[in-house]
Amino acid sequence: MQSNAALEYDYSLAKKFTFLTILFGFLGMLIGTIIAAQMAFPELNYLLGEYGTFSRLRPLHTNTVVFGFTVSGIFATWFYLGQRVLKVSMAESKLLMVIGNLQFWIYFVGALAATVSLLLGISSSKEYAQYEWPFDLVVVVVWVLWGVGMMGLIGIRREKALYISIWYYLACFLGIAMLYLFNNMSIPTYFATEGLGAITHSVSMYSGTNDALVQWWYGHNAVAFGFTVPIVGMIYYFLPKESGQAIYSYKLSLLSFWGLMFVYLWAGSHHLLWSTVPDWMQTMGSAFSIVLILPSWGSAINMLLTMKGEWNQLTDNPLIKFMVLASTFYMLSTIEGPIQAIKSVNAIAHFTDWIPGHVHDGVLGWVTFMIMASLFHMAPRMFKREIYSRKLMETQFWLQTTAVVLYFTSMWIAGITQGMMWRAVDEYGNLMYSFIDTVNVLHPYYTIRALAGVMYLTGFIMFAYNMYKTMTSAKEITEEPQFRTPMA
Amino acid sequence: MFFHWLEKNPFFFASGVSIVIAFAGLIEIVPNFAKAARPVVDLKPRTVLELAGKNVYIKDNCMSCHSQLIRPFKSETDRYGDYSLSGEYAYDRPFLWGSKRTGPDLHRVGNYRTTDWHENHMLNPAEIVPGSIMPAYKHQFTNLADIETAYAEAVTVKNAFHTPYGPEFQKTRAAWEAHRPKVLADAKAIADDMKNKDVKEAVARGEVPEIVALIAYLNSLK
Repeated sequence: MQSNAALEYDYSLAKKFTFLTILFGFLGMLIGTIIAAQMAFPELNYLLGEYGTFSRLRPLHTNTVVFGFTVSGIFATWFYLGQRVLKVSMAESKLLMVIGNLQFWIYFVGALAATVSLLLGISSSKEYAQYEWPFDLVVVVVWVLWGVGMMGLIGIRREKALYISIWYYLACFLGIAMLYLFNNMSIPTYFATEGLGAITHSVSMYSGTNDALVQWWYGHNAVAFGFTVPIVGMIYYFLPKESGQAIYSYKLSLLSFWGLMFVYLWAGSHHLLWSTVPDWMQTMGSAFSIVLILPSWGSAINMLLTMKGEWNQLTDNPLIKFMVLASTFYMLSTIEGPIQAIKSVNAIAHFTDWIPGHVHDGVLGWVTFMIMASLFHMAPRMFKREIYSRKLMETQFWLQTTAVVLYFTSMWIAGITQGMMWRAVDEYGNLMYSFIDTVNVLHPYYTIRALAGVMYLTGFIMFAYNMYKTMTSAKEITEEPQFRTPMA
Repeated sequence: MFFHWLEKNPFFFASGVSIVIAFAGLIEIVPNFAKAARPVVDLKPRTVLELAGKNVYIKDNCMSCHSQLIRPFKSETDRYGDYSLSGEYAYDRPFLWGSKRTGPDLHRVGNYRTTDWHENHMLNPAEIVPGSIMPAYKHQFTNLADIETAYAEAVTVKNAFHTPYGPEFQKTRAAWEAHRPKVLADAKAIADDMKNKDVKEAVARGEVPEIVALIAYLNSLK
């Protein structure tokens, strides 16, 4: 039956995932700030006994940020923009709504259970893949549900061609599915024996060097398909929408998309430079990491050029500021990564604080900025209200930008200092420093980082408060804004 | 144009993406797979007590701060010992190389630290190494290590990957009960070198505190 009524999108799932994004973002950043402070002030380790040590909280931090905050943000934006670029409402299919809700609840409950499991020390030890097999299965179920829902929505679409953002969400789904499955292959020991020992325990299908290869093929590319690909998908939708400008170049987006797909996976082995994997793999990882600059900067430049002739919007609209700064941090991060992947640089940088520094200018500056900007853009359209406070948003922007700069500069200095001190020898060729010397010298930088954490977290609380007021008490709007998000 | 056609055909688009991203993994990971799984001569799989200790190491996430990979640089071999070889890790599931050194490398820590040193260090790291920012792991002295799970792990890797454990390793409960005294004897050998009274008493009762298993594991890192 053909209806002439205007298409009404169903935002119920986008809203639910928006709440989760804020919740997990807060938790992840709070834990991050705590562990940063613990490195500067070790006394803070003993506040919660066994469960409060740096070592237990560190995987909790990374997993909450990756699988809690970022994945919620990916889902929230998907359930918002997926419908809009495909020109079809979720509500048109009961089945898709059921799948979506199932995805939400299994995800929410599973994420809480997985968090508790990490606190208890139930861990398979692989970085960003610490969940033991029962929780891995929950991850797989959630992911399959998302994939089925996505394919379903694409199946009933009215818009024939898939918009650029859809390419990226699809790639995110496919990439993570492949990586996660292969890396987490393991045998539960309870079932391989006559029910001996803990039911949650398992052994990896791979051993030693192979295990390392599979893990970093996953580890680096979980960043690729979780922190890069979907976030690029977001900016390809939200920046043109917010600025009212068309994407600068379709050809450039084509080139950078397929380039990124092909090149990214090679780069994983740059985590294993100077390790026991064969030289040719190390060289490939190193070389392809440098090639990776091209597709990464391709997207970023495409974004920045989208603002061509409209740079005044940067001063008028804080949301444009968030997105442009996000692209800039993306560029910074994707030039820094290749530099660290050069073998001689890596010899100094690897194992040092420069690496967390690199991760954080990406995650704080690029991923989180872009997710927050997306949610700010979505809020007035989902809740039919203006953004509560522009002033608060401006303050948040400057506070968090300062925090990111403090974070990465302190970690650059800390990392390079550490790397140089480890290798320093005196005139007779003897090591100049004991390991503890290299720890003690970092105290000021750890303190600066903890301060940066507090500032960034404060900014995130401002964001949460602004979103909360927007949902509940900001001025109502009657018509959907065409481009610039209305704010008081 | 080909790419325009792809954008209108989601199935082929998704297939295209999958093929393009699978490519690098196949080329980089597959060729060396069998070779990298080969152990160095004389490599022995870890005892059940050491495996239990490895699981304590994982439970408390020691690899968040310590690597187990000595790189082929003079500064590292001077500090930690011979550089690491691929075949030394052939029985390590999972690998525990770590990615960050907030503390020193531990790949050969068994060569230069003793049971006594570890015992004091876990109780109060800053007392043994002034300025250390490592947390204390006092709970390892009271929590019990899960030796049954470690046994199940040994049996699993023996059956699935031909890890050379003896014929007495069987997947039955009876085989485990028969093996348990051997684990306790290993634990007693460690506890004999320790000072902590509660730990000694627990081992005498037939229990294995986490610290005993962990030290057995750390001592085996050579």
